[in-house]
Amino acid sequence: MSNGGAKAAVASVGAPQPLDWKFSQVFGERTAGEEVQEVDIISAIEFDGTGDHLATGDRGGRVVLFERTDTRDYAGHWRDLEKMDYPMNRHPEFRYKTEFQSHEPEFDYLKSLEIEEKINKIRWCQSANGALFLLSTNDKTIKFWKVQEKKVKKVCDMNVDSSKAMGNGPIVDSSISTSSKQFIENGGCIRNDFSFPTGGFPSLHLPVVTSLETNLMARCRRIYAHAHDYHINSISNNSDGETFISADDLRINLWNLEISNQSFNIVDVKPANMEDLTEVITSAEFHPKHCNMLAYSSSKGSIRLIDMRQSALCDTHSKLFEEQDDPGTRSFFTEIIASISDIKFAKDGRHILSRDYMTLKLWDINMDSGPVATFQVHEHLRPKLCDLYENDSIFDKFECCLSGDGLRVATGSYSNLFRVFGCSEGSTEATTLEASKNPTRRQGQTSSRPCRSLGSLSGVVRRVKGANNLGVDANGNTSDFTTKLLHLAWHPTENSIACAASNSLYMYYA
Amino acid sequence: MSTVEAPLYPIAVLIDELKNDDIQLRLNSIRRLSTIARALGEERTRSELIPFLSENNDDDDEVLLAMAEELGVFIPYVGGVEHAHVLLTPLETLCTVEETCVRDKAVESLCKIGSQMRENDLIEWFTPLVKRLAAGEWFTARVSACGLFHIAYPSAPETLKTELRSIYGQLCQDDMPMVRRSAASNLWKFAGTVESAHLKADIMQMFEDLTQDDQDTVRLLAVEGCAALGKLLEPQDCAARILPVIVTFSQDKSWRVRYMVANQLYELCEAVGPEPIRTDLLPAYVRLLRDNEAEVRIAAAGKVTKFCQILSPELAIQHILPCVKELSLDSSQHVRAALASVVMGMAPVLGKDATIEQLLPIFLSLLKDEFPDVRLNIISKLDQVNQVIGIDLLSQSLLPAIVELAEDRHWRVRLAIIEYIPLLANQLGVGFFDDKLGGLCMQWLQDKVYSIRDAAANNLKRLAEEFGPDWAMQHIIPQVLEIANDSHYLHRMTLLRAISLIGPVLGSEITCSKLLPVVVNASKDRVPNIKFNVAKVLQSLISVVDQSVVEKTIRPCLVELSEDPDVDVRYFAVQGLQSIDQVTMSS
Repeated sequence: MSNGGAKAAVASVGAPQPLDWKFSQVFGERTAGEEVQEVDIISAIEFDGTGDHLATGDRGGRVVLFERTDTRDYAGHWRDLEKMDYPMNRHPEFRYKTEFQSHEPEFDYLKSLEIEEKINKIRWCQSANGALFLLSTNDKTIKFWKVQEKKVKKVCDMNVDSSKAMGNGPIVDSSISTSSKQFIENGGCIRNDFSFPTGGFPSLHLPVVTSLETNLMARCRRIYAHAHDYHINSISNNSDGETFISADDLRINLWNLEISNQSFNIVDVKPANMEDLTEVITSAEFHPKHCNMLAYSSSKGSIRLIDMRQSALCDTHSKLFEEQDDPGTRSFFTEIIASISDIKFAKDGRHILSRDYMTLKLWDINMDSGPVATFQVHEHLRPKLCDLYENDSIFDKFECCLSGDGLRVATGSYSNLFRVFGCSEGSTEATTLEASKNPTRRQGQTSSRPCRSLGSLSGVVRRVKGANNLGVDANGNTSDFTTKLLHLAWHPTENSIACAASNSLYMYYA
Repeated sequence: MSTVEAPLYPIAVLIDELKNDDIQLRLNSIRRLSTIARALGEERTRSELIPFLSENNDDDDEVLLAMAEELGVFIPYVGGVEHAHVLLTPLETLCTVEETCVRDKAVESLCKIGSQMRENDLIEWFTPLVKRLAAGEWFTARVSACGLFHIAYPSAPETLKTELRSIYGQLCQDDMPMVRRSAASNLWKFAGTVESAHLKADIMQMFEDLTQDDQDTVRLLAVEGCAALGKLLEPQDCAARILPVIVTFSQDKSWRVRYMVANQLYELCEAVGPEPIRTDLLPAYVRLLRDNEAEVRIAAAGKVTKFCQILSPELAIQHILPCVKELSLDSSQHVRAALASVVMGMAPVLGKDATIEQLLPIFLSLLKDEFPDVRLNIISKLDQVNQVIGIDLLSQSLLPAIVELAEDRHWRVRLAIIEYIPLLANQLGVGFFDDKLGGLCMQWLQDKVYSIRDAAANNLKRLAEEFGPDWAMQHIIPQVLEIANDSHYLHRMTLLRAISLIGPVLGSEITCSKLLPVVVNASKDRVPNIKFNVAKVLQSLISVVDQSVVEKTIRPCLVELSEDPDVDVRYFAVQGLQSIDQVTMSS
């Protein structure tokens, strides 16, 4: 359902109906007037490949996992069953699964630098044997986590009288273990002096483990550290299931998941003289299918596509995507707002979605002349750029996401709003939602301004303009720049969005 | 709760600690699994220990890894090969864990056990296990399965063989790239057991599928195995089926694939015979030597000598030598370094004339390379050159290169050249060495970097060994002893270090007459560091010189030092005196 075929079919029928978004769930909802702790603010959201799990990371270095509950009743072929029995009325529902402390605050003594514990990105890896695997990163260190149900061990029936040991508490316990260490170190007392009877010693027996309950355990399996001089902004798994990349401001490194003590630098944009620095890497992602391709975005608003086959050092891109801006509209802010804060490949691997401060752009990797679609997100803020620069909001990094079928895109905004656009041929869908229990509270205003499609003659390039002066709404309220919705993720197979409003995780479905 | 009689106590603890909370203790117990098995006896090992271990699969990886290894040699403890199949159950579970090294070890152990099992048992127990793993829900099981087919296949009846081949074919087309990679890297093992007819049909089909995989990493591994696969085929089949694939791969879009070809090409040559080498592989190799990716050229350059060895000298001169010339001027220093490390080996292949005429200029230009590794690589293979062109021709260009390296501003480079000095001395002979290199050896003793000074002292020792005490007396000792008057205490310390190393080589007489007085003199140094080093050197010389000298010279000196105001000096002096007493007592 995620391939181009579906898309073509839809396009031939006409644009799909705009989705009717409904509130599904909220985790960590704030009560009125409750003060938000800095450490609780969510800084990363990611669904796993199946959509059965969701992970969030926060500024306190914690990772929280959620699992889908609405499909759990049907072990095995739930997907088929679901399609047969419940065609419409089910939507993804999640429950808290577990959480763990992924990163701790650190201090780099060599550089006299504090390293925050804030989770910058989370990426899920291939699960195996019922265990979940994920990568999490802060500014400097990437960690590989395994989350697994472990049996709670209750050992009984020991050879050495354990009742005595238990009766006398830990002191005896420790004395047993030290004495046994001695035996093991000496070793000889078993090996040399002993003749083993053929039937063995009947008095010896194995300990019996009784365990009925299981416990979820998160264990850090590998730590990929000391490879980045600058702050890591993205990590991305390769489709080969073997490698991943990590990108900081100036470099992209390639890792093997199993090898934590070496990585290969594949992109290095650091100029010989730092004064010549004009552009930094802002985000990087592997192609979802081709293991040799990756894309990275820059602060100058360009996206570079790299083919790792061409060369070991990928300093030259194989394709460059950027939009020439109109020289007439240039201003002091032009470069700042052109900076791309996030890129995502569509599932089909043909399109890349990028987010800059003002817009969402959809690119076709076969067309480097310009984006196939541009969606205005913050056009209404253009008159206020000066204020936004003053209070640093202009540097906010909004993420973006695509639906699994590639028909829609979404991104966040201020006042805890997020916007969903239809990107299929001829679609004028542009919905503004608020991360609250009543997401359509503001829809009245936005739907009153009908979306206008400015399709070009070729029909390939189209621009969708939605409500463009949200900032000053009917009540004269201005956008609240302190409440911003930076992080959101679209469920890989269903129309369901998870988004973070400060410390709360809101989920919507359509 | 039972009580155990005293002699069994250690084993009882060992068994209990299989479930201890401390991972180190669990590890220790697992490592001693054979002891536990012997204590339980064969029957209870089969009926209790093995099932117990089979359930023990959610332990830490380190423990699982140790368990996988122990089980591989466990056949004697379960009652011999007729009971070997009981070991399959715990290893099957270990084949499915996520940690690669545990799975690999489990597969290795299964192969070990399987190769000892009786044919009927293999059919009854081993093959079903392979099939179960190959149909496993998680990719980890399927990855492991690929490494087991070559054990299961030979003993299987015909229908089962057909089935196994078809299952392997499916694994080659698995959804998960990890499984396909494992299928690709194990294909040649499996192919080695398959009958020739099926080899040509089924296995070659799998090979071709893998070579067309859209994941680079899969194709890469398909290349890696193709030389081994080629050797299983008749030369003409190899030329017909494998050769075209390799030639295509040598022009693959991915540099990593070409890199792999560059590494494998030489081995494949052995499988195809001379004619295809000339028509197909040589042009492919020349292309790789001129590849636009430096990594590929590095790999290709590293094989240049081996490749020349299988060619006729004419072909080598005609086709390879021009490339070698280009590579010696390559823009990448790593390519030049790779070339420099093997290029000397070409000399015997090309013969003296071609070497002097064509190879020598290349060799000299590499010796003048701006990148020290290139020069070092040449110097490290000096014995090979010497054989072909003689030292006279070489020394003119060699010496400037050595002098330059000896003074390189990177101390690691200086260190590397010092390591080669005894080799050079050996090749160049005493006369040449005295003139040119003697001075350098002394200069290093006063280097700014400790590691260099230390290596220089060691170097003197090795030279003394090479050229003998007389030579050392004449050429080393006078210059070295002069350092005793150096104003820098670190240099004086190097002297002491050198003396402690050279003394044993030169023997008692020279040590007593020349070295010892200098050491004793140094005991009156104003720097305490020198003084306690004197104490250490004296201690080391006790065994070199006669008892009488010890009593007459070393002891008084140490006694004096043992009353030094500095605590460290006193400490080492006392240590020295104690060693004297020990020697005296034992003699």
